[in-house]
Amino acid sequence: MALLEVENLSVELPTAAGMVRAVDRVGFSLSAGELLGVVGESGSGKTLTMLAIMGLLPHPARVVADRLTFKDRDLLPLSARARRALAGRSIAMIFQEPTASLNPCFTIGFQLVEGLRVHQRLGRKAAWKRAVGLLEQVGIPSPEDRMRAYPHQLSGGMNQRVMIAMAIACDPEILIADEPTTALDVTVQAQILELLLGLQRQRGMGLILVTHNMDVVAQTAQRVLVMYGGQIVEERGAAALFQAPQHPYAAALLAARPTAERDARLLTIPGTPPGLHDRPPGCLFAPRCADATQRARAVRPELRDFMGGRVRCHYPLGDGNREARIAADGRVAIDADIVARGEP
Amino acid sequence: MSALVVARDLARTYQVTRGFWSAPRQLRAVGGVSFEIAAGRTLAVVGETGCGKSTLARMVTLIERPSAGTLVLDGIDAVDPPPAQAKRLRRSVQLVFQNPAGSLNPRRKVGVILEEPLAINTQLPRERRRRQVLAMMAKVGLGAEHQGRYPHMFSGGQRQRIAIARALMLHPKLVVADEPVSALDVSVQAQVLNLFKDLQEEMGLAYLFISHDLAVVRHVAHDVLVMYLGLAMEQGPKERIFARPLHPYTQALLAATPGLATRPAAMRLRTGDLPSPLDPPHGCVFSTRCPHVVERCRIERPRTRPIDGRQVACHLAERFVG
Repeated sequence: MALLEVENLSVELPTAAGMVRAVDRVGFSLSAGELLGVVGESGSGKTLTMLAIMGLLPHPARVVADRLTFKDRDLLPLSARARRALAGRSIAMIFQEPTASLNPCFTIGFQLVEGLRVHQRLGRKAAWKRAVGLLEQVGIPSPEDRMRAYPHQLSGGMNQRVMIAMAIACDPEILIADEPTTALDVTVQAQILELLLGLQRQRGMGLILVTHNMDVVAQTAQRVLVMYGGQIVEERGAAALFQAPQHPYAAALLAARPTAERDARLLTIPGTPPGLHDRPPGCLFAPRCADATQRARAVRPELRDFMGGRVRCHYPLGDGNREARIAADGRVAIDADIVARGEP
Repeated sequence: MSALVVARDLARTYQVTRGFWSAPRQLRAVGGVSFEIAAGRTLAVVGETGCGKSTLARMVTLIERPSAGTLVLDGIDAVDPPPAQAKRLRRSVQLVFQNPAGSLNPRRKVGVILEEPLAINTQLPRERRRRQVLAMMAKVGLGAEHQGRYPHMFSGGQRQRIAIARALMLHPKLVVADEPVSALDVSVQAQVLNLFKDLQEEMGLAYLFISHDLAVVRHVAHDVLVMYLGLAMEQGPKERIFARPLHPYTQALLAATPGLATRPAAMRLRTGDLPSPLDPPHGCVFSTRCPHVVERCRIERPRTRPIDGRQVACHLAERFVG
């Protein structure tokens, strides 16, 4: 049974120019013990999707979904209070900037104990003892002393460990990690990833790892969602995705990573991702896609099953008749404007 | 022909006061680093937070005066430049920062931002300055219509192009780029890296390229300098260092970089955290985290010595050659 099921989840934001859809009909499921990677560039809607699932989006944002369930329990109609009881206990989240997520005015210990007392109704002493144990579990040396430290007295890596300790304090069944290592040095990043993976295996949590780093996902995830412009453009097993991506955007993202060869030019994606207000009518990637056609420019493709995964493209790369179909539909060159500038 | 940049034992220490009663202490941000960069070449400096790479950049760009060592830029002594040549010296080095949004004046139009270096440093009439601005904008992939816009109207990648254009307005010989692509998305990062390379070929620029991302460094560098706590751990041609890192710190960095790790199992460092630069370890500065540490490492600081076509500061480097 899936722990988390999401179907057609959208996030709409009111702006001066009317409602805009920042996240557009996203759907996926997560089972216990599974590691789902979510990749995309900035503005692709990865963080908004996760905040919507957590119920952390502030008032003017509107979340609609055909289905948003945690263990078959519908989350959407829940009151804020009921939602809060779940968030932090059954579903926990850690954020990109650990030092900014902790309250600078209180000690690590105070902040850890607070969550334990609220969610687990532990007494002061029991909560303190439990917190020390948690710090030990996430690999913080001399945890007793660290309990009395303020966030500014610890390094970024240590603070992220504290955040992880806080997240796993109530034995959550789902952990959402939003760019947990982006602000950290590489050697520290490796340690934090190892810690997260270890905890996930040990506890059988479902883990959603949100990142912009393809290599991090390749190293860790079992299944990957690739997001672009607020939509899922491809979903596939990690090994299959990295071997043979089906969506031209996913392929281009993989190809744009720096190569070892200095002399080889890096492959780039011309232009920039669409903003909230200038979404093209057809496929969102069409203006930047070398294989776009009249049809792709006019008709927005739906996410459909393809080769053991899902892809949102009229002409997925693994389609045998791809070239013929593109030719038949009339290939449209990328705007000279976008190519020449690199960006629109 | 001698190199464009020659740095010998470049060092910078800061005085840190800790309260009224205690004596000020010395913080050694960079403790004696030597390197050369020839025209048209790229030296990449890698290392984690606090390793002194930005202080190094500030010394090379003449923002910060070295506490010790010599720095010769384009044949001129850059530590105590002859007054007559000081201005020419400053023009020959320019800087590109990590965050283009923070390094461009939000209240100036792009055309004005780009024209300013010319207005200050040259006697060119306005007409010719304008023409040079347009030529430079075309070179970095911006259109003429962009010159009337403000920085906030551009995307991150475009802003970095503007910052690069500004750095190049005075035709410098050396460009120091401090984490120029760290804030950019992969697809845009590739565009900017290509631009850096094109400009280097076209203008014969030398780059001092500072980055913490080894995947990027592997792509752009000719030579690599790996720093840790203000000291050079390993330096030499990129191919050698990436093919077989000889310093345990370089090995750890490579093993920790997703996508580069040859052995998937991350190399285990003994502790995650950097020691305080105010109180660096005796002996080898990396000894507190090094998985191969032996007694000698804690007592005697290793000298930098040539092994297998590069410079390494490790007692045990020979072990890793074979």
